[in-house]
Amino acid sequence: MTDLDIIVPIKEVPDIEKVNFDREKGRIDRSSSSKEPNPFDLNALEEAVRFKEEVGGRITVISMGPSSAEETLKEAMARGADKAILLTDKKFAGSDTWATSYTLANCIKKLKDFDLIICGEKTVDGDTGQVGPEIAEILDIPHIAYANRTIERKLESIVVESEMWGRNFKKEMKFPGLITVTKDVNEPRLPSLKNKLKVRNKEVEKWTMKDLLDISDEIHYGSTGSPTKVVNIEIPEEIGRESKIFEGGDAVKKFVKQLRSDLGDEIHGL
Amino acid sequence: MAYENESSEGVWVYCEQEKGKIHPVTYELLNKGRELADDLETDLNALFLTPDGSDAEELIYRGADGVYLIEDDIFDEPDERSFKEYIADLIKREKPEILLIGATNFGRSMAPRLAAALETGLTADCTGLKIDDGEFIQIRPAFTGNILAHISTDRCPKMATVRYKEFKESDRDENREGMVIKETADMIKGQDKITILEEIIAEDVGLQDAEIIVSGGRGLKDPNDFDLLEELCSVLDAKLGSSRPLVDEGWIPRKHQVGYSGKRVKPRLYIACGISGAPQHLAGMKESDIIIAINKDPSAPIFKYADYGIVGDLYEVVPELIEAFKEN
Repeated sequence: MTDLDIIVPIKEVPDIEKVNFDREKGRIDRSSSSKEPNPFDLNALEEAVRFKEEVGGRITVISMGPSSAEETLKEAMARGADKAILLTDKKFAGSDTWATSYTLANCIKKLKDFDLIICGEKTVDGDTGQVGPEIAEILDIPHIAYANRTIERKLESIVVESEMWGRNFKKEMKFPGLITVTKDVNEPRLPSLKNKLKVRNKEVEKWTMKDLLDISDEIHYGSTGSPTKVVNIEIPEEIGRESKIFEGGDAVKKFVKQLRSDLGDEIHGL
Repeated sequence: MAYENESSEGVWVYCEQEKGKIHPVTYELLNKGRELADDLETDLNALFLTPDGSDAEELIYRGADGVYLIEDDIFDEPDERSFKEYIADLIKREKPEILLIGATNFGRSMAPRLAAALETGLTADCTGLKIDDGEFIQIRPAFTGNILAHISTDRCPKMATVRYKEFKESDRDENREGMVIKETADMIKGQDKITILEEIIAEDVGLQDAEIIVSGGRGLKDPNDFDLLEELCSVLDAKLGSSRPLVDEGWIPRKHQVGYSGKRVKPRLYIACGISGAPQHLAGMKESDIIIAINKDPSAPIFKYADYGIVGDLYEVVPELIEAFKEN
């Protein structure tokens, strides 16, 4: 083994600050906002790039999603990925975390050579953080979750710190293996304009379910393969509060007096 | 492997422990699990994998009918793969309908491995659980807390991780009776490709267990001005929090960050100093019992979420507050 093969799964997500939620219909209007790479995945990609810079290697980014996700993968290439694969097929629609992990894991299996898989901590839309460890289980490789600091990058292993049980565990993992990284692990660099232009004509490979069927079973894909179903979406009213506002010169005095009469007995120290 | 509903029975709670010490989320799960088991007219069992099983009875006092106890030194380390092996084995044998796991870092790392091994569904980070017409409904926030999804699972075990501090702890009753079933551990260590080189006790800011939190935001002009908030903290015996921009700027370590990408907190009292109230921050603190906002800008969104608002410069308001609270 002379070169590391690193795989980074990436998801295209809506810009959460701009997305519209239709409370009455219980629907999320995904078209209401622009799409971007899941912010947490950029930390995973940055970690992969640092690995490549330090010990050498090749980065493959993979994503499952609509054809528009090609843009997200191109951005990943501008940020340092060498190869991109988009898993896109109507048959993948409605995948829950298990079916998503199954799809991504089978894609990785077909790539054969991999040493290290790096995932973001979670996505900003699904918000589960489950796909990384599920991929590791399906591939039967070890994983370290919540890596917040990389201590050593080597050809055959990685040393990271991960917080669990109120402790920081410094762990070494031999490859092949998977890590999920938190935002603490690094500060993602922005792609240069030059690199953005360079990837314009680069190809994103597109795979469908058929490309995976020689090693997997159709019944496990998409909504059919998903053990969980969303039965209802509730868009809660914003819980505004009745505020008592204090302004002007003696605002603090009045406030403290009010607070003490409301809560003085309940909270110690007021 | 997953199994059908008809052949499954019982509600199980995985007891989070840290080197033998039971994590309080366990008692919250036992409380909720008891309620679900009563609704389904079935038993509540606890699953206790630990290096030290002397507290197994405690789980019965807290509501479990039975405790499956596996005592082994392996469980002295958070090795997800070996926990998963033992639990998967027991589950395949006993076939519970529901399995609840605390959404701690360890729970969120181990549970997906277990769910994938059992080829079943796992609902992450639930804030509500109920039995609706015999069906187990899991309620969880998604889209950065903007929606609540109601989720059902079509095979067993139906697995969910549950947020810490979402449910009340169960009452303790030493007269409760139940059975401790000792299982033997004779499998090999799972994660042999991972070596723990060092173990450092993490300096915990204590935000999640704090009664009072004082947080700073963009209204602060200099990293050193956190000293002012620290002083308010010491007067109130509060913990110090921060909004994301100041963490991103490197003014304060991320472990102080309150918000969607930081800690979600629910103190009795949350004092937001110079925080405008971006959705990212609100997602982490809007469920606090009482919220106090201090901001120069009377139109700052934070005031809509606050019970008390002081319109003013935090550099004038906070010193006055320190003086006022010192008197007490």
